[in-house]
Amino acid sequence: MTMRRLINLKRVEARRIYLTYAVVIAAYVICQVMSSTKFLSSSMRGMLVPICAYMVMSVSLNLVVGISGELSLGHAGFMSVGAFSGVASAILMQGVITNAPVRLALAMIVAAVFAAFAGFVIGIPVLRLKGDYLAIVTLAFGEIIKSLLNNFYFGMDSQGLHFSMLTDTTRLLKGGRLIIRGPMGISGIQKIATFPAGFILLMIALMVVFNLVNSRSGRAFMAIRDDRIAAESIGLDITKYKMMAFVTSAALAGAAGALFAMNYSTIVANKFDFNTSILILVFVVLGGQGNMLGGIIAAAVLTILPEKLRQFSDYRMLLYAIILIVMMLATNNDEIKNFLNRINPFRRKEAE
Amino acid sequence: MKAKTKYVPVPSKAILPDRDAARDPVLECVNLGITLGGIKAVDNFNLTIGRTEIAGLIGPNGAGKTTVFNLLTKVYQPTTGTILLNGRDTHGMNTMQVNRAGIARTFQNIRLFRNLSVVDNVKAAMNNEMHYNMFSAILRLPNYRREEVAAHRRALKLLSIFDMQNMADVPAGSLPYGAQRRLEIVRALATNPSLLLLDEPAAGMNPSETADLMDNIRKVHEMFQIAIILIEHDMSLVMNICEGICVLNFGQIIAKGTPDEIQNNPAVIEAYLGRRKEV
Amino acid sequence: MIFLNYFISGISLGSIYAIIALGYTMVYGIAKMLNFAHGDVIMVGAYVCFYAVSRYEFPPFVGVILAMFVCTVLGMLVERLAYKPLRQAPSLAVLITAIGMSYFLQNTALLLWSSNPKVFPSIVGRGAFKLFEGKLSVSHITALTISACVVIMIVLSLFISKTRLGKAMRACSEDKGAAQLMGINVNATISLTFAIGSGLAAVAGALLCSAYPTLMPTTGALPGIKAFTAAVFGGIGSIPGAFLGGLMLGVIEIFAKAYISSQLSDAVVFAVLIIVLLVKPAGLLGKQAQEKV
Repeated sequence: MTMRRLINLKRVEARRIYLTYAVVIAAYVICQVMSSTKFLSSSMRGMLVPICAYMVMSVSLNLVVGISGELSLGHAGFMSVGAFSGVASAILMQGVITNAPVRLALAMIVAAVFAAFAGFVIGIPVLRLKGDYLAIVTLAFGEIIKSLLNNFYFGMDSQGLHFSMLTDTTRLLKGGRLIIRGPMGISGIQKIATFPAGFILLMIALMVVFNLVNSRSGRAFMAIRDDRIAAESIGLDITKYKMMAFVTSAALAGAAGALFAMNYSTIVANKFDFNTSILILVFVVLGGQGNMLGGIIAAAVLTILPEKLRQFSDYRMLLYAIILIVMMLATNNDEIKNFLNRINPFRRKEAE
Repeated sequence: MKAKTKYVPVPSKAILPDRDAARDPVLECVNLGITLGGIKAVDNFNLTIGRTEIAGLIGPNGAGKTTVFNLLTKVYQPTTGTILLNGRDTHGMNTMQVNRAGIARTFQNIRLFRNLSVVDNVKAAMNNEMHYNMFSAILRLPNYRREEVAAHRRALKLLSIFDMQNMADVPAGSLPYGAQRRLEIVRALATNPSLLLLDEPAAGMNPSETADLMDNIRKVHEMFQIAIILIEHDMSLVMNICEGICVLNFGQIIAKGTPDEIQNNPAVIEAYLGRRKEV
Repeated sequence: MIFLNYFISGISLGSIYAIIALGYTMVYGIAKMLNFAHGDVIMVGAYVCFYAVSRYEFPPFVGVILAMFVCTVLGMLVERLAYKPLRQAPSLAVLITAIGMSYFLQNTALLLWSSNPKVFPSIVGRGAFKLFEGKLSVSHITALTISACVVIMIVLSLFISKTRLGKAMRACSEDKGAAQLMGINVNATISLTFAIGSGLAAVAGALLCSAYPTLMPTTGALPGIKAFTAAVFGGIGSIPGAFLGGLMLGVIEIFAKAYISSQLSDAVVFAVLIIVLLVKPAGLLGKQAQEKV
């Protein structure tokens, strides 16, 4: 390999970052225009906010899986912490702050704080483990969060806030409101999440992740991912940086959860189960680990795809599974990749 | 920080160069030892390294040379003995803390951050001299820019010692082998060590590359005025560059002295070549 | 006495987990992958057994054999089609493929057998042994489950330690390259591992649905995750570990249900897992690999 052929990493990286921002902004403008000119079906319009939330989840998980190189199978847990704390705080703020966008923003911040705290608490044990063991513990935490939220009761009356576990023993006074009702979750949510809010959150998430990656912290994350022992030998604090990535990721997931939840009138803890965690992981892996734009596109495609496959009704999820397997085989098996390169005239140059 | 020092002066023949005679040694190992899987991989290891000394650690394969490095950098915790770094006991420190206290190293099997660019490998090692926090980074505050620019300049300067500044943006994993070994040295230097440990820096290099490496090590030594210990099998390199040499066999020091003394030491010759059979 | 009753049902549930966990752990040991589709192989086994017994009126014993046969073939087929092409791929890609396979099996089952729950007939009837003047009752299926688990454990241990194929499996799990150089057919060995694991999953499916007689396309998912947890608990890659982990997990789950809260039993199980991993980062019987520097 000659030096001339080696790519200029810095320039490629910068170009990729600007491309990502550009694609996101362009997509937003196009969707806005289409939805105002009624090109977008109402079912598609209803999916815009969830798609944004999933895109933020994809970016946030990419920070852990792609940049820090740790496998997390419980990311939906942070989304759920964010959803519940965000919605509950929005309901509490209903009387005080009447402006919906401001309330949404505050709720997302509260959600991010709660999820970041959960990330910190979980990170203490999780980040001491390695590889598959770390993965299984994140899975376990996701399930624990789900179980706890399924048995959590939270309400407010003139005496203040009340909460209880397992059974509803909040004994609210007359005029009080039981906000979180165990397995029934939260209902009667005001749908204040909007597509522009989702777009802004996505841009913030991208800014946080890109700027963090291109800083001393990001170099530390990637150094630890590439070689833990060498990273220690140059004086990097492994625990600190792993925790930083994990908590940042959890905070973003929490904000996304709040956005997601406030697009529906009812939210239950079972929505954020293992399958949701896996779905988000699939976005990241299909989009390419560490590739934010890829993850965002994968999130959009895999959220729209099941809807578009509705005409196949019963075969829908089956097709989804097959597409998933075939895509993994096509992108990871050398023989199939070579075959695709041979039949694709546009790729020939790259393959040589 | 615990100031508990188990240091007992042990007569250990120091091989300090003359210019270090009046100065504190950078490293003192006293009765250092470790038992791995029931075997004493290193035992009763006593060594003193001067402020600006270049020392060689040699011995046959499996003698425990890399284990000594792993003990010094706390990849393994010693079972016995004391390590004093700049007069400070490193007892209870981990690898990260030892590095911050002043030891940097390279690895026998190259351990670069393969997906980071060359300059980022060096800048990653300068992490502890940057002070902006993650919010400055996310919001791109002035102190982020200032420190990043300074770090980038210094990283390029360090790379230029080894003539690598024009490869700064190349991914480290795609460098040729010799350049990877050099980059490991630059990365170690970027942490501002007072003691540099080089684990077989010339392994896999051809004679002309080895000669270049020798010049580079001398250059580094003169520029930074630090102590260097190197493990090496290439005897011409060791004998040319080192002021003192320590020979290890089966985890024990069998000889210490200047290159001339070592070359004529019967115990060393026996360890390398075996005993002549009596006819 | 109630305590003993709980303990026995814990051991019984744990035996099922142990049998499933063996499949996870063997596949992990040899292919270094988490086979998420394993839980759904259990479900397929249970359906085959269900149809053989209740529609075609085969004796239960034949039903189980038939299920084992179908699952063995299925396991090998899945490995050949989905996992073998990815042998050199990053482990995350394999994980996602396994998850895709799990969705595939679940949804195929949904199409073939619909989502209506089926009431599974117990393969040994609903009787029970009464002990201590009726104070302690052990149902036949409990007794059968525990003995099946013990027999499987003994046979499998002997197979792994004594036979040529077992030794080949151990060699492959240690170092595939070296095993190949020693003339071991690595692909065939991996195939065999999947075959054994899937055959065991069929047995687990029949036992699971005899004890908890609701059968749906998603029946295998949760026991799959629990058994996977059990395998990690005992030290993934270790066969005695899977056995121990499965039993302990079953007992903890039943006790948590009985003495803490039935809604929070899963949370308790996972919390115990986390604590165990903090104390022993490679599981109870797992070996911690030290990286060479």
